[in-house]
Amino acid sequence: MRKAANEQTTHPVLIFWIIAGWVGYFVLPWYGVEDGFFRLAWLFDGWPVDEDFAPAAFLIAQGEKLWLAPMLLPLIAPLAVIRRRKTDPLFSVVLILSGAIGFAWLIAQGFGIGIRGFNFDWLTALFGDLGDRQFGMGYGALIVASSFLFLLTQGIAARGAINGDVFVVSAIGGVIVIVGTFVFFPIAKMLIFAFIAEDGGYSANVFVSKFFDDRIWGLGCLSGARCGVAWNSFFLAICVATATTTLGLTFALVVTRSGFRYKRAVRALTVLPIITPPFVIGLALILLFGLSGIVTETVSAWFGTQPTRWLYGLPGIMIAQTLAYTPIAFLVLIGVVEGVSPSMEEAAQTLRADKWQTFRTVSLPLMRPGLANAFLLGFIESMADFGNPLVLGGNYDVLSTEIFFAIVGAQYDQGRAAVLAMVLLFFTLSAFYAQRRWLGKKSYTTVTGKGDSGVHPLMPNRLSWPVLTIAGVWGTFTLIVYGMIVYGSFVDLWGVNNTLTFKHYITAFSVGWTEHGLHWSGSAWDSFFTTIFIAATAAPLTAAVGLTTAYLLTRQTFRGKNAFEFGTMLSFAIPGTVIGVSYILAFNVPPIELTGTGIILVVSFIFRNMPVGVRAGIASMSQLDKSLDESSLTLGANSWYTFRKVILPLMRPAILAALVFSFVRAMTAISAVIFLVSAKYDMATSYIIGRVENNDYGLAIAYATTLIFVMLSVVASLQFLIGRTQIGRRTQFMTGR
Amino acid sequence: MKSTHSIGAISVAATLLMAGAAQAEKLTLYCSAQEDWCQLMARSFEEATGIDVDMTRKSSGETFAQIRAEASNPKGDVWWGGTGDPHLQAAEEGLTAEYISPMRGELHPWAISQAESAGNRTIGIYSGALGYGYNTDLMAANDLPEPSCWKDLLDPIYKGHVQMANPNSSGTAYTTLATIVQLFGEDEGFDFMKGLHANINQYTKSGSAPIKAAARGENTIGIVFMHDAVKQAVAGFPIKVVAPCEGTGYEIGSMSIVEGARNMDEAKAFYDWALSAEAQALALEVDAFQVMSNMAAPSSDLAPDMSALTLIDYDFAKYGSSDERKRLLQKWDEEVSTLPQ
Repeated sequence: MRKAANEQTTHPVLIFWIIAGWVGYFVLPWYGVEDGFFRLAWLFDGWPVDEDFAPAAFLIAQGEKLWLAPMLLPLIAPLAVIRRRKTDPLFSVVLILSGAIGFAWLIAQGFGIGIRGFNFDWLTALFGDLGDRQFGMGYGALIVASSFLFLLTQGIAARGAINGDVFVVSAIGGVIVIVGTFVFFPIAKMLIFAFIAEDGGYSANVFVSKFFDDRIWGLGCLSGARCGVAWNSFFLAICVATATTTLGLTFALVVTRSGFRYKRAVRALTVLPIITPPFVIGLALILLFGLSGIVTETVSAWFGTQPTRWLYGLPGIMIAQTLAYTPIAFLVLIGVVEGVSPSMEEAAQTLRADKWQTFRTVSLPLMRPGLANAFLLGFIESMADFGNPLVLGGNYDVLSTEIFFAIVGAQYDQGRAAVLAMVLLFFTLSAFYAQRRWLGKKSYTTVTGKGDSGVHPLMPNRLSWPVLTIAGVWGTFTLIVYGMIVYGSFVDLWGVNNTLTFKHYITAFSVGWTEHGLHWSGSAWDSFFTTIFIAATAAPLTAAVGLTTAYLLTRQTFRGKNAFEFGTMLSFAIPGTVIGVSYILAFNVPPIELTGTGIILVVSFIFRNMPVGVRAGIASMSQLDKSLDESSLTLGANSWYTFRKVILPLMRPAILAALVFSFVRAMTAISAVIFLVSAKYDMATSYIIGRVENNDYGLAIAYATTLIFVMLSVVASLQFLIGRTQIGRRTQFMTGR
Repeated sequence: MKSTHSIGAISVAATLLMAGAAQAEKLTLYCSAQEDWCQLMARSFEEATGIDVDMTRKSSGETFAQIRAEASNPKGDVWWGGTGDPHLQAAEEGLTAEYISPMRGELHPWAISQAESAGNRTIGIYSGALGYGYNTDLMAANDLPEPSCWKDLLDPIYKGHVQMANPNSSGTAYTTLATIVQLFGEDEGFDFMKGLHANINQYTKSGSAPIKAAARGENTIGIVFMHDAVKQAVAGFPIKVVAPCEGTGYEIGSMSIVEGARNMDEAKAFYDWALSAEAQALALEVDAFQVMSNMAAPSSDLAPDMSALTLIDYDFAKYGSSDERKRLLQKWDEEVSTLPQ
């Protein structure tokens, strides 16, 4: 069957992409339309002859932008082979050549010619002054680029790569191009910025002097002064990772190995960090432990101590981050602690080891990979965190906030921001690399195919008391902090007038009637709707990119798969502030001009959250036996059909999880967003930051509380939906990230 | 049947799009004043002229950064509000456009001299004097005497009680630094900053954060613009505002049109409107207690009376220039911020 399919001489997919390329070249406006991607006003505003909206072909016909002309040839060339067989060598050669040449030319002209003519001096030297310029690419360029890309991948497939599977080759090509464009290109552009001197030239000295700045690496704190931000961040991350891992393990032990009754409640708490907007915890801590916080005042009234500002600085950030990230460590560790085979522990006990010995010499060592994993995750999260240091930092500067203030402050030093971002990236990538390298190699597998019906022993007594106490104290503390968040949203003016009121909710979310009908008069509605819209747009795209990548990683083998995997998971280790900085540096100028649009927000969310979709997909796909695809393929279906009809339906839980998770993460993101918001697209989190800066804690907390409840209901409805789409025996689709 | 249907749908869609295309008048406003003031200005201008306003609020430093980043491809039209220095810097770098408004005759002389010092690329819209405010409850709780001069703040009893913003990240704090230098001379001024450093509990990133922290009871004394302190007092916080006895510097909140603005006519319309007495009267609705530049604009009783203050002759051209700014900030960084506290 498949052989016969290969011999066919009509290629519907090929014809589709050839025509798409023509449409992009002859019909759609080549350059970006200023009004916005989705506004169609250009149709009536002088198109197709007006220079702003003309398709490439019309521009050339009018003698403008002649450098677009060479693309015509690779767009037409594929017609020559359209009647040939796939196995014909000419077929693949023509497709590969036209795809590759067309794509390369498109990119080269985009980067070579910018808003002030030639972008590079050597081009001007070679061809003289251009006397013309071009703006960012638009629909036409986008479609033509896709067309070239898929001509290329079809050519490669026709040569027999991956069994000549067009869908798989195209998917790989597509993922590489978009990850390259939206992850590697901005990062590379940012690195270049670190070398730009004040006069505009490139200089390694500038980089060296900025990189080895005392403010980054200074060790003054050893002698009473201040340390550099890099050490501050590093030290903080180590502390937080240690604390979250310890607490995460504590909670995991309580849930799996104690007589504690309300285990479900502990599990429910794990959803909190996902749905909590950043810096809300910081605000709650200020209300509790600040100079005029409730606890501070009570303590000083009882013991007559002098209230201090101890919260601002390392202690405050550490407490806030530990509160925020302990549940993540718990999620990682619960799987590992449960995964330790009870039979091994029983074997140890049969050999007369007491409970403590068993725990210390058998259970704990088997949990090591989980502990390391949790530690590294905590490290990365703490390094990347932006909201808590912003609110609680005091004089303790960390990398993520320094990057922000290097860009937005009065000093405005993009080069310094780029250098700081590199340092931060270096730390997170090392942790990420260590996690994959070091943990990937050792085998700690204790779950085997064989039945293992044992029960985990309870913790030894000398462990159980401290563990239960710590868990109890920390659990209560977490509840108090979240209680404060809700309570704070009802207080009129914190510390001055503590009467309860709905006024903050009314200011933010009031709805009125006017002669035009419903009027969303509350000040928060604009950013709220924008946030929902952007998050809802990003979620399905994130899921699609993530799951396609997961499919390629679990189901296909191809050369360079490891690099491919590393590349796609990389954005997890790139802190949001780094993404934010690199995006404004990369996408503010042609060829890809996105700043100030909603698209840049959507794109940043897709690539920030894509690794989550990939992991969810991998987890769920590894549970589906490969024989399912094989039988589908044997019965004559191609891989696209198999993906659509066999794998996707079986992955509904993973899809839903990826959807909801990326939706929720997009709603709570701040670090990248704060660089990318614009007048039209203000997000909830950046609005809240604005309120905090304005001393309007009531409104900020009321808005954050509303977001928490909105997201809680989203997550709850996911639970409900997944509960109904259970497949077979699987009950858990995702236990970690 | 089916085809007539779709033709109908297309023409409906077309009409809708045409309607969308017709109301093309719009303006992108970068606003560096407080959020509610920005909102009010944007909405009121829309009501007054029917021009759609897209407003982004960012601090003056951020906005300056953005305008510079977008220089080769400007996205904003008008930059309204925020301390004058970045406006002057933008003018110096040619990022903003020259414009002489017909409204000039109605303005205070300081607003016009601001414009003239920058080649008419910016203009004053409000002014506010520097000072400090303190939380009376915390002062009482800690048995601290009430300060009334700049030099009072150097007293070691205030150790850990004073907050100001970091001059590197805040225009307010840079104005403080420049004021002190002009008031006491450079050497004595830096000695003052060093002495102050010993009492500072935190250099905040944002200019008005110190007085906001003081209002919430998280800090005792905040060095800020007096109108910011007045605002916290009016909001009900126990804040007392001090005009330092030695005299003080001031800022001129400014407005500029972005060079190469995409909507130049609308930008000029906004510029003229924003200088009118009725537009400037809006400040009172949002508790902005600055002195407005239009002589006919009403002022609040609560606002600090500029004529009663001892104001220094602030040299905006010198201290607003990039070079002097860089030099002072570097000196502060090296000589003051590195000292142990």
